[in-house]
Amino acid sequence: MNNIDLFLLLVMIIMVLGTVMTSGLLRAALGLAVVSAVLSALMYRIGSPIAAVYELSVCAGLIPVIFITVISLTKPLKKDEEKQESIDKIHRFWPLPVLIVLIGAGMFLYKPVIELKQFMTVYGPDVKEMVWSIRQTDLIGQIAILLAGAFAILILFKEMRSK
Amino acid sequence: MIDQQIMWTYMIFVTLIIVSGLYCVIMTHNLMKLMIGLELMIKAVTLLLAVAGYLSGHIALVQSLIITVIVIEVVVMTVAVGVVLGIYFYTGSLDAMLIRRSKE
Repeated sequence: MNNIDLFLLLVMIIMVLGTVMTSGLLRAALGLAVVSAVLSALMYRIGSPIAAVYELSVCAGLIPVIFITVISLTKPLKKDEEKQESIDKIHRFWPLPVLIVLIGAGMFLYKPVIELKQFMTVYGPDVKEMVWSIRQTDLIGQIAILLAGAFAILILFKEMRSK
Repeated sequence: MIDQQIMWTYMIFVTLIIVSGLYCVIMTHNLMKLMIGLELMIKAVTLLLAVAGYLSGHIALVQSLIITVIVIEVVVMTVAVGVVLGIYFYTGSLDAMLIRRSKE
């Protein structure tokens, strides 16, 4: 692990804290997109480039767009409601940074001896062979889940329209 | 020794992200924020998988698993967003406490 990885991890945890603690939903959705982008950079650096591309295109691209679409369909809060909401939020979320610092410091000081069985590149099948041949059952499952999701959305919106 | 250090550093950050996501899910009253907390926890699991692949050397297997996780994540989030939108049109609010009260 070099300094760039550590920097990316630090940026990621700061963005996670920002996403959780921000008062605006739009800012939270954008923070989530930044977390995904940083995660994809990390994944690229630790040797998972294909998964990193998926993460960047789907999780940093598609999911925030879906969230922002939903947020744009909702009614914004009034000024006094917004003020009250942000005060409530500060009351509820102030222990989180403290908790994060405490857990982080505790885990940093406690360094267990972990026996790693292997630390080298295994020259096995590549990703293409793994996805399309060895773990073909996963593909069937993924197609089934995608279809289930599509039907669920169709039924949900049909019900909403009928109401 | 170095690989242990790498693993433990990633473990610390993965734990911190999971704690943040869990805190968000427990403490928030907003349904969209709740989904963002869930999403953060999934991100931590994705990072943990990638690190496991990096350390064990099974990069191809781990990448295929991460792709599966991402596909399931997208479908779950899309359906959840549909449900949240339905709740909003029904109650006029994204407050989770309102739904809890209406169920009692």
